[in-house]
Amino acid sequence: MKRIYLDYAATTPTDSEVVEAMKPFFTDIFGNPSSIHGFGQEARRAMEDAREKLALFLGAKTDEIVFTSGGTEADNAAIFGVADKLSHKGKHIITSSIEHHAVLEACKFLEKHGYKITYLPVDKTGLVDPVDVKKAISKDTILITVMHANNEIGTIEPIEEISKIACECGVYMHSDAVQTVGHIPVKVNELGVNLLSLSAHKFYGPKGVGAIYIRKGTKVSPYLYGGDQERGRRASTSNVSGIVGLGKAIELAGNRMDKEAKFQSSLRDRLIKEIPEIIDDSYLNGHSASRLPNNVNFTFAFIEGESILLNLDMMGIAASTGSACTSSLLEPSHVLLAIGLPHELAHGSLRVTFGRWTKEKHIDYLIEHLPKIVDKLRRMSPLYEGK
Amino acid sequence: MKKTKRVMIAMSGGVDSAVTAALLKKKGYEVIGATMCFNLGEGDVGLKSRKSPSCCDLSGIEDARKIANILGIKHYVLNFGKILKERVINNFIAEYLSGRTPNPCIRCNQFLKFESLFKKAKELSCDYLATGHYAKVTKSRIRKKYFLKKGKDNNKDQSYFLYSIRKEILPFLLFPLGNYTKSEVRLMARNFKLPVSDKPGSQDICFVPDGDYREYLLRNAGVKILPGPIVHIDGRKLGEHKGIPFYTIGQRKALVGGKGEPLYVVKIDNSKNTIVLGERKHTYSQGLIAESLNFLSIPFLKKTIAIKAKIRYNHRAIKSRLIPIKKGSVRVEFNKPAKAVTPGQSVVFYSKDVVLGGGIIVESLSAIKG
Repeated sequence: MKRIYLDYAATTPTDSEVVEAMKPFFTDIFGNPSSIHGFGQEARRAMEDAREKLALFLGAKTDEIVFTSGGTEADNAAIFGVADKLSHKGKHIITSSIEHHAVLEACKFLEKHGYKITYLPVDKTGLVDPVDVKKAISKDTILITVMHANNEIGTIEPIEEISKIACECGVYMHSDAVQTVGHIPVKVNELGVNLLSLSAHKFYGPKGVGAIYIRKGTKVSPYLYGGDQERGRRASTSNVSGIVGLGKAIELAGNRMDKEAKFQSSLRDRLIKEIPEIIDDSYLNGHSASRLPNNVNFTFAFIEGESILLNLDMMGIAASTGSACTSSLLEPSHVLLAIGLPHELAHGSLRVTFGRWTKEKHIDYLIEHLPKIVDKLRRMSPLYEGK
Repeated sequence: MKKTKRVMIAMSGGVDSAVTAALLKKKGYEVIGATMCFNLGEGDVGLKSRKSPSCCDLSGIEDARKIANILGIKHYVLNFGKILKERVINNFIAEYLSGRTPNPCIRCNQFLKFESLFKKAKELSCDYLATGHYAKVTKSRIRKKYFLKKGKDNNKDQSYFLYSIRKEILPFLLFPLGNYTKSEVRLMARNFKLPVSDKPGSQDICFVPDGDYREYLLRNAGVKILPGPIVHIDGRKLGEHKGIPFYTIGQRKALVGGKGEPLYVVKIDNSKNTIVLGERKHTYSQGLIAESLNFLSIPFLKKTIAIKAKIRYNHRAIKSRLIPIKKGSVRVEFNKPAKAVTPGQSVVFYSKDVVLGGGIIVESLSAIKG
């Protein structure tokens, strides 16, 4: 059976060049980068080389990069780190209602410990209004955290504008850029953020490694204690092979991103145009222009996204209903509810995300089968009978 | 060439559904495993407890996944939390609050396994839905009619739990374990090298942690459960009860300073919030009234017929007469009195090993007056 992967936003395969780059670090170059001897030094060199590559991509300085175990840790570390360090200044954090759970759940945890969180609404395309951000800021506000692009509907947020407001008010700005790094340009100085999270497996690197950018001078408490690694900001023996993989992956992404984004945008725009033409009662979720190049998210009325997903899986096509992390919940996606979809429509969504190895013919295959599946399910749906 | 038939199997992670999957795979079906998961999310009714050793906790899902990997079949985890709450849990609570003793497994079969999951199977173009129930579906040679029958293992027969499913779906159901005994199934599990053969079967109600339904009701009833009087069947007041949901018909009730004959709950009077106790002889009934009927093997009841009635799962069916009294309501008259007929439980009607249908007991017809 054909196997077509259209769920790159959940995770990407590791590029074989990345795998090759990582290999020596399991066996030959196995030293602990914190060790003083030669074995340690060669591991340390490789790690710092990766740090440079990431710094180059972000337009950051190398000492502003802290490697983590992934995006979730980076988000948690940013939020808890600032909350702890600045608790004497205030206990108010502003975020959006469509953040990844790595941000939302961290905020909920802080709520239980006396912090006040403002969850900003978004418009029907998923955009946060910078005016709302400004209004929400009080003298107790210590952090604003808004994602660079949404993982479900692909909407790219106006981070530059929000950062400007944050800066004017003397509030730290964090952005979860897990979906954008490696796919579109992410320059920390243009975005104006103090903190930014990223994860390697979203851009053809290995799983279990990510990073947080911390602008020089930003006050953040460490997240893990027990060693001096990462300049004392993140204890734990460095994941050298993973970090090397991240470095190679970001280098490749930097070279190929523009071309890939251009091609993926064409696939995206094809689906956005053709799906409503061939399937009645289908609606695009997210913004039509301010959108990730590889994200398409549609709602199909009268049926459940989960049923579409399982049927696509039977045809060998891997897609997603919302984010991979929440697909086991029957509650409709918080993102789709936040953009104003009623419950019954929020259940019927399908996310298709593509990447480096997606071909035009894969989209042909999807376009061939999706209408049949939707049609079959609708004929079985009691909601559709009235039509 | 004949097309391979596709079957969805409801996999709980237990031995029965594992062997069901293995048997059907061996027979050449294309098998898809499906595990219902009931995580209702934060702030919802008490499913968060990981302590309950039931079919639907996380370890059940992990076990089902493991079995699916061993058998090399597709496996999906599907969330039925919302429908469990709407169709089973809410009813469970409401029934107890009105003084009846519900059987949630029957509603789970009716609304979850054989309605929602059946619909999923159809959506995935499956030809059949299979479960590990000890029951049989057979087709009569002459009239091509489908019958639900008892499983081969008399001790394990689960046809009682299945009377409420729609008869239209019988042709699409497979119960491969109906032809085996539980010990044969355990043996097969070992032969198939399935890692579950020594797991104890689940007994408790899956959504009630630690099997403590009283505690569960206290936390989830949503209304205050009020104390009230306990009276003797002859009218004497005997004491106070903590709330009618905590009692069930036939339950022996120890009274402080009680002397003489032991007393039993013989009636739960919701309208007066009263528990009525009586002597052992008062727990016997001549018959019962049942509603919410479902007939599987007969279109509907026109005249009195002889049946065997099973009034709860662990009960030996008794010879009875089944009498239609009005639309949607029947009277069952036992040939000899039966103990502890409990409103809220299901009565299932058998003719030999065929399930004719069943209903929910609404009233017990007392054997001894006053």
